[in-house]
Amino acid sequence: MNTDIKTREYTTVTEVAGPLMVVEGVEGVAYNEMVDIETPAGEKRSGQVLEVRDDIAVIQVFEGTQDLNTKTTKTRFTGSTAKIGVSKEMMGRIFNGTGKPIDGGPEIIPEKDLDINGSPMNPTSREYPADFIQTGISTIDGMNTLVRGQKLPIFSGSGLPHNDLAAQIARQAKVVGEDTEFTVIFGAMGITHEEANFFMNEFERTGALEKVTVFMNLADDPAIERILTPKMALTTAEYFAFELGMHVLVILTDLTNYCEALREISAARDEVPGRRGYPGYMYTDLAGIYERAGRIQGKEGSITQMPILVMPQDDITHPIPDLTGYITEGQIVLSRDIFRKGIYPPVDVLPSLSRLMSGGIGDGKTRPDHSGVSDQMYSAYAEGRDLRDLVAVVGEEALTERDQSFLKFADEFENRFVTQTKDEDRSIEETLDLGWDMFRILPRSELKRVKDEFVAEHLKD
Amino acid sequence: MITEGNIIKIAGPVIIADGMRGTQMHEMVRVGEAKLIGEIIELEGDTATIQVYEETAGIKPGEIVESTGGPLSVELGPGIMGSIYDGIERPLEIIKAESGDFIARGIQVPSIDKEKKWTFKPVVSVGDKVTGGDIIGEVEETSAVVHKIIVPPSVSGTIKSIVNGDYTVVDDIAEVETEDGTIEKVQMLQIWPVRKARPYVEKLDPDIPLVTGQRAQDTFFSVAKGGTAAIPGPFGSGKTVTQQQLAKWADADIVVYIGCGERGNEMTEVLTEFPFLDDPKTGNPIMDRTVLIANTSNMPVAAREACVYTGITIAEYFRDQGYDVALMADSTSRWAEAMREISGRLEEMPGEEGYPAYLASRLAQFYERAGRVLTIGTEPQEASISVVGAVSPPGGDLSEPVTQNTLRITKVFWALDASLADKRHFPSIDWLQSYSLYVDSIQNWWQETVGDDWRANRDEAMVLLQEESELQEIVQLVGPDALPDSQQVTLQTARMLREDFLQQNAFDDVDTYCPPKKQADMLRTILLFNKEAQNAIARGGDIKKLESLPIKDDIARMKYIPTEEFEDRVKEIKAKVVEQIGGV
Repeated sequence: MNTDIKTREYTTVTEVAGPLMVVEGVEGVAYNEMVDIETPAGEKRSGQVLEVRDDIAVIQVFEGTQDLNTKTTKTRFTGSTAKIGVSKEMMGRIFNGTGKPIDGGPEIIPEKDLDINGSPMNPTSREYPADFIQTGISTIDGMNTLVRGQKLPIFSGSGLPHNDLAAQIARQAKVVGEDTEFTVIFGAMGITHEEANFFMNEFERTGALEKVTVFMNLADDPAIERILTPKMALTTAEYFAFELGMHVLVILTDLTNYCEALREISAARDEVPGRRGYPGYMYTDLAGIYERAGRIQGKEGSITQMPILVMPQDDITHPIPDLTGYITEGQIVLSRDIFRKGIYPPVDVLPSLSRLMSGGIGDGKTRPDHSGVSDQMYSAYAEGRDLRDLVAVVGEEALTERDQSFLKFADEFENRFVTQTKDEDRSIEETLDLGWDMFRILPRSELKRVKDEFVAEHLKD
Repeated sequence: MITEGNIIKIAGPVIIADGMRGTQMHEMVRVGEAKLIGEIIELEGDTATIQVYEETAGIKPGEIVESTGGPLSVELGPGIMGSIYDGIERPLEIIKAESGDFIARGIQVPSIDKEKKWTFKPVVSVGDKVTGGDIIGEVEETSAVVHKIIVPPSVSGTIKSIVNGDYTVVDDIAEVETEDGTIEKVQMLQIWPVRKARPYVEKLDPDIPLVTGQRAQDTFFSVAKGGTAAIPGPFGSGKTVTQQQLAKWADADIVVYIGCGERGNEMTEVLTEFPFLDDPKTGNPIMDRTVLIANTSNMPVAAREACVYTGITIAEYFRDQGYDVALMADSTSRWAEAMREISGRLEEMPGEEGYPAYLASRLAQFYERAGRVLTIGTEPQEASISVVGAVSPPGGDLSEPVTQNTLRITKVFWALDASLADKRHFPSIDWLQSYSLYVDSIQNWWQETVGDDWRANRDEAMVLLQEESELQEIVQLVGPDALPDSQQVTLQTARMLREDFLQQNAFDDVDTYCPPKKQADMLRTILLFNKEAQNAIARGGDIKKLESLPIKDDIARMKYIPTEEFEDRVKEIKAKVVEQIGGV
């Protein structure tokens, strides 16, 4: 990294297009270097070098290119890549998408300056996540268990209550048998004022505000700024987790807006587009965000990530949820059909998944019957849902007694197991017992997924 | 000859340097003050386009690019086994010791420990004639693997001297006098360019199956030793668990597992699990015969492009020692995407969905490095590399270019299906869509091993499953009771095949590995049920009674019977099948 501090200021902007501008005649400019920009009117903006060729630098401008001209716009190259000054004092504070405080409080005096891109965690240093997190939500705890250090996104649709669910999880999440609470870092990208207020009020109402660090890029903030927001949040999270030893829960919303911003820059650079116009490197870029969750051997803290993304047209095969699903360790899927039935939280367990579940449940973690109960509920509910289609054609009377029991199970499952109120915090025992209670609907011989000894223990009568 | 050029352009992982005349295509270079590792991928006049295997942030035009004189290569020799490497064969354990929990840039670490001494035992003597590929000595590398030291492919002649005792991989261990009288010194360490296939004499027919202990794969869609298989699966369909099961249980001597652009925690799982898993045949830890290559999704994209080549070169090196090697690549789609990303940065004309036009030929070149071969050397040995490549089709759409180009090459297709996974049917291999083109060629092996009825039973079961899917369509319309009794029996049997045979629990201590004999016996028992039940219906038996027979529970729990008890227990179960159905 170049450390000489000679001022490298230029007024040689030759082109402004979309979020990009081109400066010519520059010297010693580094790839990804940060740039300070002064508009003709004297306003200060920031940017980043996207490409350098000989003496030409292509710069993306975070606060937008409005009012820039090719004559008097000043650009100063800072000699360093994007960094954030981090400190313990950041907890309880609110920042904008580029890391500047917007809550009226004092500037942060950094204890460390960290590169916001981070470095990839060495796979041999990772500790496999296996501590059960109780969220108090049956569909998650019982069937898609979250563990500490996992990245588990919520796939939602517009108008579904993903924000309520995320807030409820942030409020209720705890590791059973430990006092340590989660420190929440909240990164908002392109959400509306209303949504932002919802989260802020929620944090305030539950007294969590002094433990929450907020990075806020709202819908009317420049879209390009969103590129930085999750990286700011995660760099802070890494500092909290691995240097200060805290357990951090990072909530990022809404990743769809982030990806739209990526596409915007890509289009402005005339890049060869991939699927639906998103850039070919979107997988790599998203991996650079999601993979910054986890635990490190011999370190106290952890980063658990819960990104929220709104699937365009509820389409799970859209590139954004699709690529996300290939990187994250599962997904919680909200369904419009279930929501229409008036069920909260409208989690559709069938496409939902937690890949790290098996390591975090069972004897000594939750309960020995946990995995069997989960498998049994999955297969019984799936069968019941299939039968609903059949009933639509032949009527319920045409079904065998066995099939009718599965049909009933599916209904009860949605009404009793999935449904809970917005402040209902169920323990894992309550969740599993509820499962056993529902198994009574099914013929005993159909309980093939649970071991006999558990059937004998939990269905005594 | 070292050439030094200067950077003129930087865009992500691709840089362009001038003053590079004299360098070669695919030559390895050191980029900038940080000495990042890169490879030349295009030459034009004085300028070279270079893909850089590390993050390029902070690099400036004008910085120096140094050529190294050789292509991107891997080091091969004792010390590889049990290691975990990144995409360009840098040991992650040593990177960790040097740079901590996060991977720093420009780190130079040796791939193989040059200080460690290995006990070399010669197997040839002075005066023996050797050619490239001949084994001249052995090193006991781990409890599971005897590392055979072979003469480099380019060397042949007479042994002038050979050592016996403790040496490092760079010490001279033998001298070979070639025909023109020059003396070639041989070390344990070999260096081989990753993009060049190691030579062999000829390819052999694939007539021995790679036994995996997974019922769906072995009995129905078997892959041969030296064969190629593709596992396309949308996310959440259990692709990774399926791959890991193969890595754990396949009867290969050596396993090379490439985590290409996958999750960090997944690699950690492999790392924490494999050392404690024992090989069912030898009882040694599985890690002792495994090489892991981990290039997680957030590690540099160019190294992801290289990692499959690094893996297959290591696999070929062990094949040349006479071993059966299984190579798993998870996922080749990430590799193809890395190609696409680099191609995009080069501003090449894109082909289908933005992938480069050479996607198909690159995939074919990679899979063609698999095979059962006769190795080079005076006494050729039979050895193989079987390749199982996972494909991650975007949106589960199998018509996309990577899946389609892969299917044109591979002979086995294990179609993972998300709706099966939703029902917790694991492994979620769709029995109607999957296929294996090796069934005919490996039939003899199976019949000699488990009995002459193997092929007939397999085919009968497939027919039953096919019939079931047709009947299901009718059931969807009119309900199951409208079917004649004999077809209801077919439905019952097919359901048994699905739930009690095809479903296999990777997390159960017993069921995770099912030996061939047990597989065959389980299938026989289910088919016996079918036969007896059809007979019972033919003589007027009651279908309702048949449905609620207790024997069905016994059949369902067959998979959990430990192998050593299985032979006795299955006899009882078969007897009960006959007895209970006889009473209907």
